[in-house]
Amino acid sequence: MNSFLDRILGKDRKSAHQAKERLKLVLIHDRTDLNPGEMDALKDELIAVISRHVAIDPGAVRIEMSQEGREQRLIADIPLKPAVRRRASG
Amino acid sequence: MVAKVITVTSGKGGVGKTTATANLAAALAAEGYKVVCIDADIGLRNLDVVLGLENRIVYDIVDAIEGRCRLRQAMIRDKRLPELFLIPAAQTRDKSAVTPSDMVRLCDEIRPEFDYILIDSPAGIERGFRNAIAPADIAVVITNPEVSAVRDADRIIGLIEAEEKGPARLIINRIRPDLVRRGEMLNTDDVLELLAIELIGIVPDDENVVTSTNQGSPVALNGKSRAGQAFRNIARRLAGDKVPFMELENHNGLFGRLARLIRPGGA
Repeated sequence: MNSFLDRILGKDRKSAHQAKERLKLVLIHDRTDLNPGEMDALKDELIAVISRHVAIDPGAVRIEMSQEGREQRLIADIPLKPAVRRRASG
Repeated sequence: MVAKVITVTSGKGGVGKTTATANLAAALAAEGYKVVCIDADIGLRNLDVVLGLENRIVYDIVDAIEGRCRLRQAMIRDKRLPELFLIPAAQTRDKSAVTPSDMVRLCDEIRPEFDYILIDSPAGIERGFRNAIAPADIAVVITNPEVSAVRDADRIIGLIEAEEKGPARLIINRIRPDLVRRGEMLNTDDVLELLAIELIGIVPDDENVVTSTNQGSPVALNGKSRAGQAFRNIARRLAGDKVPFMELENHNGLFGRLARLIRPGGA
């Protein structure tokens, strides 16, 4: 609701909002010592490893950093392709 | 009496470490506690001028550590607040003249005589910071609601945790309610969400800080100043009192009411 209101009222274009969004990203990289390039490489390697064992759709994979208090965690959402299709293609 | 050691640090320079140290020390002393503050910024001493004690320095912290004087002789007693003392930094030496274990030893020597020992940390994350944090029981991180200060605060909070001196407590200094209301300055909730540590104080931007510093008299001793009130509140929270956070928004007046009507989610 708040973010909906913010959008209507143009609050998300205000500089404080920009500061917060920019800081969120900067702090993730500062805390984990992972720059965006390294993060992309990590995603590619994870997808490659998992694809070796199960069929997945690389386009549907979502791997992102999330913050919980001062703890960073890497959240991976990797939908598997249905087993039926795997048998059919194999 | 066994003093609690409180280190005030920030990472970034110029966010108000020295001002906060001087004011928290003065406010605690005004409450009747026996307080000594230590300027750990060797080579760039400033706590003496902020407290107005610069003309009374004979010995400094390095003289005491290297044995040219007794620690007692390096302590300057404040004339306004007889319970407030300062151990000044050396001006002609650098941070390598003091080690973290020197600081621990020095604080242990004076702990029995005081209620609070406040340490003003230098900016940066190097030796000077490690000297200042080594004896700390409580780490206070001060920041401003702006990107560079918040980023550096996050870094220093991580280092405090790594030194097992956490959890750090946060002071957000120099908040401008007018800018916050217009959405052009990070608000308290934004900064807390980003840094995820416990808040111990919010201090509004206040020109009384400039004039008090010009005069060498801590703003916490000025009953009318908003910043002075904010520092007195923080001092009481450090001493264990429950004090509600200051209302920085001026809700009175037509403009304030209109602004809230137009932007209900604002500020």
